[in-house]
Amino acid sequence: MEAAYKKKSGIAAVELAMIALGLLFLIPFYFLFVNSVKSFSELLTNAASWPSFFQWSNYARAFEMTNFPVAFRNSLVITVVSNVLLVILSSMAAYWMVRSGTLFNRLLFLTFVAAMVVPFQSIMIPLVKVTGMAGLMNSIPGLIICYLGFGVPMSVFLFHGFIKSIPMEIEEAATVDGSNTYGVFIRIVLPLLKPMLVTVFILNSLWIWNDYLLPSLILQSPELRTIPIATFAFFGQYTKQWDLALPALVMGIVPIIVFFLAMQKYIIEGITAGAVKG
Amino acid sequence: MNRKKTSQLGQQIVFVGPAVLVFVLIILIPFVSGLYYSFTSWNGVSGEVSWIGLDNYKHIFMQDTAFRDSFWFTTRFTIIGVAATNVLGFALAYFLIKPLKSRNVLRTVFFMPNVIGGLLLGFIWQFIFVKGFSAVGELTGLAFFNQPWLGTEGTAFWAIVIVFVWQTAGYLMVIYISSLNNVPKDILEAAEIDGASRWQTLRTIIIPLIMPAATVCLFLALSWSFKMFDLNLSLTRGGPFGSTESVAMNIYNEAFSNNRYGLGTAKAIIFFVIVAVITSIQVKFTKSKEVEA
Repeated sequence: MEAAYKKKSGIAAVELAMIALGLLFLIPFYFLFVNSVKSFSELLTNAASWPSFFQWSNYARAFEMTNFPVAFRNSLVITVVSNVLLVILSSMAAYWMVRSGTLFNRLLFLTFVAAMVVPFQSIMIPLVKVTGMAGLMNSIPGLIICYLGFGVPMSVFLFHGFIKSIPMEIEEAATVDGSNTYGVFIRIVLPLLKPMLVTVFILNSLWIWNDYLLPSLILQSPELRTIPIATFAFFGQYTKQWDLALPALVMGIVPIIVFFLAMQKYIIEGITAGAVKG
Repeated sequence: MNRKKTSQLGQQIVFVGPAVLVFVLIILIPFVSGLYYSFTSWNGVSGEVSWIGLDNYKHIFMQDTAFRDSFWFTTRFTIIGVAATNVLGFALAYFLIKPLKSRNVLRTVFFMPNVIGGLLLGFIWQFIFVKGFSAVGELTGLAFFNQPWLGTEGTAFWAIVIVFVWQTAGYLMVIYISSLNNVPKDILEAAEIDGASRWQTLRTIIIPLIMPAATVCLFLALSWSFKMFDLNLSLTRGGPFGSTESVAMNIYNEAFSNNRYGLGTAKAIIFFVIVAVITSIQVKFTKSKEVEA
């Protein structure tokens, strides 16, 4: 009886401590939000207090000055198109590499695994030259091709591990029924891959949406800016003007936070699955 | 037979071709040409690229104190960052597998910073260090909050560590939670019946059993912290006086600010070798500690 009571109060103490820690984790968001709606003078005198009045016009000004809809659209197009192509390319490659275990395919797989270790910064300098020569500079399709190249090794790796666990018999039955390899892949294998498709999609989305360095090297025109580049450019211009910079930051993080809260279950599962395979 | 062979080849090209094509164009060619450029005095502007042998590497090892400093900064940051984020991530996971009423909400809260990109996070925290901390300092009078956090060498280092841990601990927590949930309940009950203390159970049963997760988490934290760039750029830009310049940022500046592309690629190659060696040693080492229940 006493032991059970002790255990219960122990749990309550843990709960309180964790809630306190959780609030501590949220404080940066509090600072960000309350100050984004303050007038500039109030923000300077007291950054910790609740706003005396909500100056929503900060948002209207930042929205206009960052050209937010354009940046949002660019980020969305780049993330979605890269993801769709990446999933198709890598699942096809991984499927064939598992099912046709030629020496070439085995070496190719090892090359992909080795490439996962290469840091982006190790190849970014010659990459700028190569993309320039290939005509990929300053264009969104060019940037998407770059993402395909950087995303392929990890995505193939994840699909490869998953496809190995699919029994051959299922596909053989379909072959007997008269499907060719393409038919088997589209009708049988692809539906079975769904859990891994979600994982690859989630991991690549978070990476591509938030990426700053690669788009900053490839895209130069202001109308091609993604959200991170637009934020960086805006911040460089209005460093100490927090009443403009903070609303811009809030607008920058809202889409990904909404995505996270909506897809949370899949994101958590995706990370776990990605980590186990990795 | 011959027809079958051609169709094999056709399928090979259709299935694997596109992936190989983008890989070769975006990773393989830049990587190989990077090896070549690291032996040249390429400046990125003129078409002329002249071979200078090992001069870039000699310069880096003998004279480049900024690179050495950035390397030392990155090493210190990596050691402290990896340890802190793993300890916190594990602690969060350990307490959030207990039957708390708020545990699902708390998991969401702890993970949330991670979905925001490093660049935006750095800017958010820049405001907090500059304005937020001083406001809290005025209210509480605590000296901790009244320092110019991004303005001195010692505190700027810790500022980056704080933001890094805040950002990444939740991700590692997710991995540790799934691993902790897989620790067999009967073993834990047996330990409790045998009178093992909580600390003993943790040290001798739980930690050995979650080593596969630790391998992954250490690997992730290691590569994030060693390759840190975005956070660094938006939080301190390497300042004050270059004291918080990471290796990644040093390489970037060498090429794109100083226009010494050849020297930059030589640094990039060294960076690659170090990352490859460190991560493979770490994976080997922690893999050897893994056990089965």
